[in-house]
Amino acid sequence: MAYEKLLTRNIHRDNSHTIDVYLANGGYQALRRVLKEVSPERMLEEVKTSGLRGRGGAGFPAGVKWSFLPKTRDKPRYLCVNADESEPGTFKDRLLIEKDPHLVLEGIILSAYAIDCHTAFFYIRGEFHRGYRVFQKAIDEAYARGFLGRNILGSGYSLDVLTYRGAGAYICGEETALLESLEGKRGLPRLKPPFPAIVGLYGCPTIINNVETLANVPYIAERGAAWFAGIGRPKNTGPKLFCLSGHVKRPGVYEAPLGIPFMELLNEHAGGMLHPDRPLKAAVPGGSSMKVLPAPRCDVLLDFDSLAAAGTSLGSAGGMVMDSSTCMVGALLNLAEFYAHESCGQCTPCREGTGWFVKILRRLEMGEGRPEDPDLLLDVARRVEGNTICPFGEAVAWPVSSYVTEFRSEFDDHATRKACPFGAASVR
Amino acid sequence: MSGGGAAQGSSATVPVSPETDRRIDALLTRYPRRSSALLPALHLVQDEKGWISDESMAYVAGKIGVSPAFVAGVVSFYTMYHRRPVGKHHIQVCRTLSCMLRGGRDVMNRLRSRLGIEPGQVTTDGRFSLEWVECLGACDTAPCAQVNDEDVALLDPAQADALIERLRQGR
Repeated sequence: MAYEKLLTRNIHRDNSHTIDVYLANGGYQALRRVLKEVSPERMLEEVKTSGLRGRGGAGFPAGVKWSFLPKTRDKPRYLCVNADESEPGTFKDRLLIEKDPHLVLEGIILSAYAIDCHTAFFYIRGEFHRGYRVFQKAIDEAYARGFLGRNILGSGYSLDVLTYRGAGAYICGEETALLESLEGKRGLPRLKPPFPAIVGLYGCPTIINNVETLANVPYIAERGAAWFAGIGRPKNTGPKLFCLSGHVKRPGVYEAPLGIPFMELLNEHAGGMLHPDRPLKAAVPGGSSMKVLPAPRCDVLLDFDSLAAAGTSLGSAGGMVMDSSTCMVGALLNLAEFYAHESCGQCTPCREGTGWFVKILRRLEMGEGRPEDPDLLLDVARRVEGNTICPFGEAVAWPVSSYVTEFRSEFDDHATRKACPFGAASVR
Repeated sequence: MSGGGAAQGSSATVPVSPETDRRIDALLTRYPRRSSALLPALHLVQDEKGWISDESMAYVAGKIGVSPAFVAGVVSFYTMYHRRPVGKHHIQVCRTLSCMLRGGRDVMNRLRSRLGIEPGQVTTDGRFSLEWVECLGACDTAPCAQVNDEDVALLDPAQADALIERLRQGR
């Protein structure tokens, strides 16, 4: 069955980032029709019925999130687009932002219309210099053509979209840290509740959605919720961008319906393993914060519920592939150093725990480990998980506990041999 | 710390060009709250000066209406703000897993030996600086790097050589 590309339909065209190319291929038609014929309430209902789940990591249904906004209208409400794509192994939003910014922008306008909001923010990670320039230009083009600003296409609906650049902080991808950053502060996550839909940016009701989530909305508006819900699997509907990197022949972003088999993504889309003589050892289908799967358990379907049943998560679909040459202690040390660097330091279990992970893993990898170290890692992971303000605690505890549990003999080996069996060539 | 024009309504000195000063003023009313102008203002200062000095922080604090200590807290939180000058070509090599699986360390080692500096250092002529950086979100071109605001794929040490040649020739 041939799958029709949607999210990546335009990316291979010349000048796909320009409004002229987008318009020439049917762009902004959905917006035109919705502003003329569809009420905000019906647009919201359509997204709800489509089953669209957030593509940023948590997989929460977008339409349900939107419906949490208070009915009272004494304060402005805001839409914040989370373009702070920072989960290691994830580079799908970058593709949309750089190659099809108007698809994203049309999704933003339709979504803002559905929640009756008149100011949207596009928070993009600071390192995406090119993406920022491309997206700002797309916004400028949209204003010039009457798709943004006052009285859009004569509908009476008005919307401003403001870009905001981050400045290098993984934690700002967490939605409440993003809001703090957008307010001009250190990106320290907030306690929830209250949830941002009630108390968000500047204390006002705020919806935060991932870039890819919103890029689906023009298709839902154009072809309807029932059509969208027919793609993928029950409760895991729609098209999806899957990233694959590491030891594969063709690292990249591949579009497929939710629920395609991981092995199909690896072998057919990404061309299989990088070195024919080095078989698959492990993969993290969802991005570095998710639990690792050893090769024999990689025969999984890539959707929210299937991966949860397999003991891991779809996350941001930032798949990482490791072959037989990979030292799992070294790989985990690499990630632990990432999390130790990126912990905002607000919660003691995370701030101290990430430091301990690095210290213990480093001594194991350097041949100075102790026999009790693997258990100590598990113990610290248990004390971090569930004890922090934001999900960063889980994001570091899950890789630690899963790498140690799934590859226990390798960790024990490092401790008893007092050496890394993979030598200096490993990932360390 | 003296000399230079005084910022409007403030006694702080203006360490940036009139153009940057004007652009920062425009930021103050761009967002619903003035405080939101802080991160973009710091970006503008760094774009011009290359780094954020104490003087710059005091100047930005005066513009936004917060204390210099508050600005220092923000600057120190975000890794992209430099607290000391970097090289004309600031090279950042990704050190996170997908890049390291593809030979990121070999690329860094080649850059270190070509430039004669360690990560965190600047060459004595001020032309190059080198740094490790966390995942740049470009794992399809691993090992990846950034030179100032340009993305570069450094797929092997030979490409690291070619990059240094290109930058030395001023391209």
